[in-house]
Amino acid sequence: MAASTILFFLFGGLAVLGALSLILQRHPIHSALSLILVMASLAVLYLLLGAEFIAAIQVIVYAGAIMVLFVMVIMLLNAGEEERTSLSRTARVVGLPVAGLLLAEVCYLLYRAWPADTVVEADRFLGRTGPIGRLLFTDFVLPFELTSVLILIAVLGAVVLAKKEL
Amino acid sequence: MVPLSYYLVLSAILFGLGVVGFLLKRSVITIFMSIELMLNAVNLAFVAFSYHWQALSGQIFVFFVIVVAAAEAAVGLAIIILVFRTRGSLNVERVNLMKW
Repeated sequence: MAASTILFFLFGGLAVLGALSLILQRHPIHSALSLILVMASLAVLYLLLGAEFIAAIQVIVYAGAIMVLFVMVIMLLNAGEEERTSLSRTARVVGLPVAGLLLAEVCYLLYRAWPADTVVEADRFLGRTGPIGRLLFTDFVLPFELTSVLILIAVLGAVVLAKKEL
Repeated sequence: MVPLSYYLVLSAILFGLGVVGFLLKRSVITIFMSIELMLNAVNLAFVAFSYHWQALSGQIFVFFVIVVAAAEAAVGLAIIILVFRTRGSLNVERVNLMKW
C-alpha cells in the first residue's frame, strides 16, 4: 500500500470517529474537541489532495479561530450536560433505518459514478498559495471585496447582538 | 492511490453525521457545531473535485465557504449568548416562541 492510501484511511477514519463522537458526547466541550479532531484530520486530507493553502487556513481559521470562539462561548455560558433526547417510536422504527438507507444509497451512487481508475495520487500540488492569490485578485476580486463587507457587517452584528442592553 | 469516490463517500458520511447531529442534539451549541461539520464535509467534496478536474476555482470556493463560516460563527454565537441571557438555558426546546 502506498503511503497516501494509509494516510487517507488513517485520517478519514479519524474524521468519521470524531464526527461520531461529536454526536455521542453529552457535554458540549467534548463535542467541540471532537470537532477540532475532525477539522485537523480534514486538513491532512486536503494536503493529500494537493490543496496546501486550504489545509493551512483549515488549521488556522477553522481549528484555530472558529473553534476557539466556540470553546470560549461554551465556557462563558458554563454549558452543562445536555438533556437526553428521547426519540419517538416512529423516529426509531422508521426514521433511523430510512436515514441509513438514504446515506447508503448516496454512497453507492457516488461510488458508482466515479470509477476506480480516477485515482488521487498526492503528487500534484495544485493549490499553492501563489496561484490561489493570483486567481483571488484577478477573476474573483469582486467576491473577495464583497466578503470584506460581509465580515464588517458580521462584526457589527455580533457586537450589537451580544451587547448588554440593546 | 485512493479512488476519488472514496473522498466523496467520506464527504457524504460526514455530511450525514452532521445532519444526524443537527436533528438529534438538544443543545444549541452542539447543533451549531453540526452545521460546521456539514460545511466541512462540503469543503472536502469541493477540494476532491478541484483535484479531479485540475481546476483551482473549487479551492477558491472553499476559501469563501470558510469566510462565510467564520462570519456565521461570530453572529451565531452572539445569538446563542442572547438566547441564553433571555431564556436561561441552551436547550432548543425552551426556545419555542415561534412554535406553531
